Amino acid sequence: MADFIFFHSYLILFFPLLSFVLIGLGHLHSDNKFVGKLAITLSALSLGYALLTALAYFISVMGHGQGLPYPEKMALDGAWLNFSPTLTANLGIYLDPISVIMLIVITVISLLVNIYSVGYMKGDPSFNRFFALLALFSFSMLGLVVSSNILQMFVFWELVGVSSYSLIGFWYEKPSAVAASKKAFIMTRFADAFFLLGILLVSFESGSFSFQTLNSPETAALLNKNILFAGLSINMLTLGTLLIFCGGWGKSAMFPLHVWLPDAMEGPTPVSSIIHSATMVVAGVYLTARMFPLFAASETTLFVIQCLGAFTALFAAVIAITQMDIKRILAFSTLSQLGYMIFSLGAAKICGDGHHDASVNLLGYSAAMYHVFTHAFFKCMLFLGAGAIIHAVHSNDIMKMGGLKSLMPRTYWSLLAACLAIAGLFPFSGFWSKDAILLASLQSGHYITFLVGLVTGALTAFYMFRFFFLIFHGEARSELHDVHEDPWMTWPIMILTIPTVFAGVLEHFFIANVVPPYIQEAGHLAHPGWLPWVATLAAVLGIGGAWIFYGKGQTESAARLKNIFGPVVYTLVYNKFYMDEIWLFITHKIIFDRIAAPIKWFDRKVVDGSMDLTGWLLQVGGKGVRLAQNGQLQFYLGATVIGFIMLLFLG
Amino acid sequence: MTLSHCITLSLILCGIGIFGMMTRRNLLGILLSVEVILNGANINFAAFAHFKAADPVAGAVFPIFVMAVSACEIAVALAIILSMYRRKKRLDAYRLEELNG
Repeated sequence: MADFIFFHSYLILFFPLLSFVLIGLGHLHSDNKFVGKLAITLSALSLGYALLTALAYFISVMGHGQGLPYPEKMALDGAWLNFSPTLTANLGIYLDPISVIMLIVITVISLLVNIYSVGYMKGDPSFNRFFALLALFSFSMLGLVVSSNILQMFVFWELVGVSSYSLIGFWYEKPSAVAASKKAFIMTRFADAFFLLGILLVSFESGSFSFQTLNSPETAALLNKNILFAGLSINMLTLGTLLIFCGGWGKSAMFPLHVWLPDAMEGPTPVSSIIHSATMVVAGVYLTARMFPLFAASETTLFVIQCLGAFTALFAAVIAITQMDIKRILAFSTLSQLGYMIFSLGAAKICGDGHHDASVNLLGYSAAMYHVFTHAFFKCMLFLGAGAIIHAVHSNDIMKMGGLKSLMPRTYWSLLAACLAIAGLFPFSGFWSKDAILLASLQSGHYITFLVGLVTGALTAFYMFRFFFLIFHGEARSELHDVHEDPWMTWPIMILTIPTVFAGVLEHFFIANVVPPYIQEAGHLAHPGWLPWVATLAAVLGIGGAWIFYGKGQTESAARLKNIFGPVVYTLVYNKFYMDEIWLFITHKIIFDRIAAPIKWFDRKVVDGSMDLTGWLLQVGGKGVRLAQNGQLQFYLGATVIGFIMLLFLG
Repeated sequence: MTLSHCITLSLILCGIGIFGMMTRRNLLGILLSVEVILNGANINFAAFAHFKAADPVAGAVFPIFVMAVSACEIAVALAIILSMYRRKKRLDAYRLEELNG
């Protein structure tokens, strides 16, 4: 029975693809209501089959008592590209704990976002195109998580990039949306170039694309050698894994490639919601988790990942405090939470301390996947809530909101749950996953990252409740007309409250069951009882701070905050540390002017010039030959006779 | 009459024909010159068959073939020239140069 279900698990991908093809090719101009129903139905079918597959998977692997880690199931596997007798890229469906969990997360979020979009996009002239693209987005992300080999993953990875490009630039008549979509696509493509290099390096050495081979200890041992590159001795394992991680660096928007993510808010809010919770940005985390056994073999790689994640978490949280745009606050919050996930994966390594060798702590891995799971629900809900508010208020500026509590009570209570969850308060889901991450970072022995995590937790609580109080509390700060809650939009938000509040019960399941293959647990590690209390204290401090500054919805507190930190610091943070300007400087002044312009000159003058010269020579030669063909019969005959005579006497 | 007389005659005919082709401007004149060249070649065939060949019939067959082919050729060429005349109202080879490159 289980095998039958696995064999047909391609259906999970098939339904969104069918939805894309049907709507995109056949129903672009059909009735909106019909298209909405079609999209929701196919999305629900996909979710249903994903749930069935997950159930079958866990029953079949847990029932046999094979122990951890759970074996992967190759639901489908067929040769796709035969490069050589030894190197073949397959297309397959790979089911293991993390891919099955991601399948559920993506299909649930996708269904809810589809339902929500029916309300949000109502009356939009491109209503049908939106649903087609949304289905393509879900399809690409589903394909990414079930990929059986890294090349297949790369294909879907790029598909995710393309569909996000078309969704961020959905309102293509707005120049800012077009710029944002290009920015997102180019930035992630830039990182993907390194990803592809990494794939080539690692696959060339190991002779395989499949995750099973790449993750095996043999591959790590094979790669663990030094190569001489540009006079430097580089460990190939570290180089390869870091290059592969670069893909995740761009997609998961780690510093300094994060600048595309806040700009991606130009897309419709449901798109932001799905990008930030279930698709796209978690792809980087997922890639790291998927390749984890190989990454874990290189201590340097994990250390880089850990530091990078911790820095991004803190950096984004600091920026989020000063932002005024409702969606940008959430965007920076996503960056910060992604930083958490990435640094949790990096923290899955315990540094050697002289007495013991470095070993692997699986808690970091499980905690990261758990945080992906919980974060997906509450972040999706926060965005959907923000969308509902924007829809009602017709503005993105939180300074123009305020006092929405009585007008939008359902949104108020749901978002309160989401804010408490992201702040990490007991017993909401965020508390459990953040606690696990902090514990992992504490156990890893890098105490600085632990402290960064703790401080980021307090900052998260602060900016989320600043956001919350400014929107809902106090008096309305602008004229509001006809504020209402659309049931199409309210219901998905309320449904998401359930996992947001109760996903904590799954903590034990994740910690115990979601473990990577090929890796041995480090053994018993310290589990300090004070940690949850400290984490809660940090969150409470953050919320308390927000209450003092903004609890009544007062806006003059922004000025007070400015005075406390001084205008210089405030301006720096408000302008996101001028990262956009730095990138503009690098791209325009350095890359365009110093590198691209000479290359363009070379291309125009030398490459094109040599081609033009060839063409010109042929043209001139042709003109010369034309003279002989003058159409004069006698000339031809004379030439023939002279030629014949010459042949007689000279030949 | 020896072989060399015949060869000389055929050479003269051939030369007259080539001269005519190169100097005549009228298409009909060019066509007549072509016939003269062909007949020069025929005399050559017949002469060699008469003086040198073991079986004279083999040599006599060739002029007959050439005559048949040239008759066909004349039919086609005359048709072309006729239609050309109808279209252009002139048969001047110097002016008919639409086929230049």
